[in-house]
Amino acid sequence: MSPVLSVKGLAKRYGEREALRDIEFDVDPGELVAVVGPNGAGKTTLLSILAGVQPASAGTVDGPGAGAAIGWAPQQPAVYAKLSVAENLRLFARLEGVVDPQAAVERMLEQTGLRERADERVERLSGGNRQRVNVALGLLADPPALALDEPTSALDSPQRERVWEFVGALARAGTAVLFSTHHLGEVSRNATRAIVLADGELLFDGAPSELIAANGGGGERDFEAAFVAFLKERGHS
Amino acid sequence: MRWLLGKDLLILRRSRLLVGVLVVYPIAIALLIGLAISRGPGKPRVAIVDETPPGQTIAVGSEHVQVSRYAEELFSQVQPVRVLTRSRALAEIKSGKVLAAVVIPRDIAARIASGVTQGSLEVLYNGNALEQSLVQSQLSSALAQANLGFSEQIQRAAAQAIGLLLRGGNLGVLGAPTNLIGLSQIPPELRGIIARQPSSPDRRQLERMNTFAEFAAQNLGLSKNVLSTIGQPIQVKSTLVQGRRTPLNTFAVVVAVSVSLMFVCVLLAAGGVALEREEHTLARLARGVAGNRSPADKSPTDRNPTHPALISREGLLAEKLLLAAACALVLALAMLAGIGAFVSLDWSRFGEWLIALAFGAVAFGALGIAIGALAREVRAASLLAFLLSLPLAFLALVPSGSVSHGLYDATDAISFAFPFKAALQALDAAVNGASPGISVSLAHLAGLTVLFGALARLGLRRLD
Repeated sequence: MSPVLSVKGLAKRYGEREALRDIEFDVDPGELVAVVGPNGAGKTTLLSILAGVQPASAGTVDGPGAGAAIGWAPQQPAVYAKLSVAENLRLFARLEGVVDPQAAVERMLEQTGLRERADERVERLSGGNRQRVNVALGLLADPPALALDEPTSALDSPQRERVWEFVGALARAGTAVLFSTHHLGEVSRNATRAIVLADGELLFDGAPSELIAANGGGGERDFEAAFVAFLKERGHS
Repeated sequence: MRWLLGKDLLILRRSRLLVGVLVVYPIAIALLIGLAISRGPGKPRVAIVDETPPGQTIAVGSEHVQVSRYAEELFSQVQPVRVLTRSRALAEIKSGKVLAAVVIPRDIAARIASGVTQGSLEVLYNGNALEQSLVQSQLSSALAQANLGFSEQIQRAAAQAIGLLLRGGNLGVLGAPTNLIGLSQIPPELRGIIARQPSSPDRRQLERMNTFAEFAAQNLGLSKNVLSTIGQPIQVKSTLVQGRRTPLNTFAVVVAVSVSLMFVCVLLAAGGVALEREEHTLARLARGVAGNRSPADKSPTDRNPTHPALISREGLLAEKLLLAAACALVLALAMLAGIGAFVSLDWSRFGEWLIALAFGAVAFGALGIAIGALAREVRAASLLAFLLSLPLAFLALVPSGSVSHGLYDATDAISFAFPFKAALQALDAAVNGASPGISVSLAHLAGLTVLFGALARLGLRRLD
């Protein structure tokens, strides 16, 4: 199976500061990859480079899901509050040059379960539903890969659960999903793979269970402890 | 771009309060400025106590000037409120019904007629420092005008009396001798008498008298001219150096429309750009290809390989600029049409109006998108746009000579760096044919558009 995304030698510098250095990984279709790390590790920078929001200082991103082809949902919902759910979806479908915008809108309303709220203005939606619209906008062009920057950061537990059900369904349908998160429990529950970043460096790339096993843990609830132990061992406490 | 334009229009339609404020506020400001410019300071309301007896006159030789004429001159310079007594006048001032009072004393005629002392008036006023300054300034001007008018009447009476002395004839006063000889007639009469006299002491005495009479007649004749010169020593002749004269009311229209154009355009453009960043949609719209991926690496499954971003940053800025400029242009044209119903405007110059407004709107739009891109959030952008716009309008209206040379140069330099003064001059040239010509101002506006457009692009170098 050829990867949807292939990242090689990726680096990002802001003046003297290195936000990312020599990042390399591949993502296959249907993978749910969690990008985790302490604050300032470079998670958002990595996802925004993959999404084409900012350029890399060095390195390449290749594959059918690279660049503008990747679906993207930023941490803060990037939606027009004064427009309705359907109007937001229709506008971005048109801007993205989708052949049949209305069909894309219908599909996304169906997938996100927002059909009944289609005509409601986004400013009146709950945080969870706004995030669903945000993710839906990233999926309008049926991208082979999707980058989600902390998709559940401002949501309560039931809302987070609804988002993961939706994202899980996408992955099962073959979409490669990369997401960053601070809710480490979500990693062991939802991700098939975890990438650990610290100070712009990729420290770990593998299944969450491997990180737990390598750091003396066992079971879902120990991912956070294993992650903290792993960082401490690598000198990133 | 059309989908974005449609989206922005829909958002505007749903933001009725914002649109209402955007329309009403600049119009209100513009009307206030227009009114302030087009209406000079009104005549002060002044109580006048005339204590002189009715019909009292000042005698100038054989002529008489009515003292009441002075009061009439004063009445024409102020909004007069006639009161009978000084105490009543004081009460009117204290109650705020009048700004000041002028008391014309009973003995004014006697003092003027004496030729030794000046007539004097008493001026009473009240109020705070600003009111005192205003009253003093306005009343001084009114009294100077009244004095000038009254002195002209006295001068005319004196000139008539001198003429009568020179020409002779009837004084027109009951009981006065008739057919008097004039001073100018004495020398020829004397010369005839002298010619018939033998050489004698009498003849020499007559010749001395004749010399005096000739001298007196010549100098009395000159005194009429001297009186005229003293009455109004300098005549003022006005010449406009450049352009054609712009009526104050049409200039006020130009100022009002320019202010509205600026407010709507700058606020809308600044808010529009800042809103895209605040709603986090800027990055979604303008994101491009990641990494250093070469075109050869692009997969056939890419959504739109030839157009990596949904809209370029330049396209996004142009869309906001055009939307703001179009909205402001419509408002400005509506204002001109509305005001045209009350103020006479030259509609044959409509094409030039349109060009001036379009260039002005685009330049203001460029300033707006620069503010929006640099401010990064709607509230900051709106505040900055507001704080910048109002002083710019006032600075551009500071007349040269009203402030020190250095301060005027500074205000002129600031005005040059922003579009308001150039837009005002372009519209003034278009509406009133004023100078400098419209092409100079349009070129200035085009330059500022490029400058602020570049600043806006710089402000959008980061999408997050």
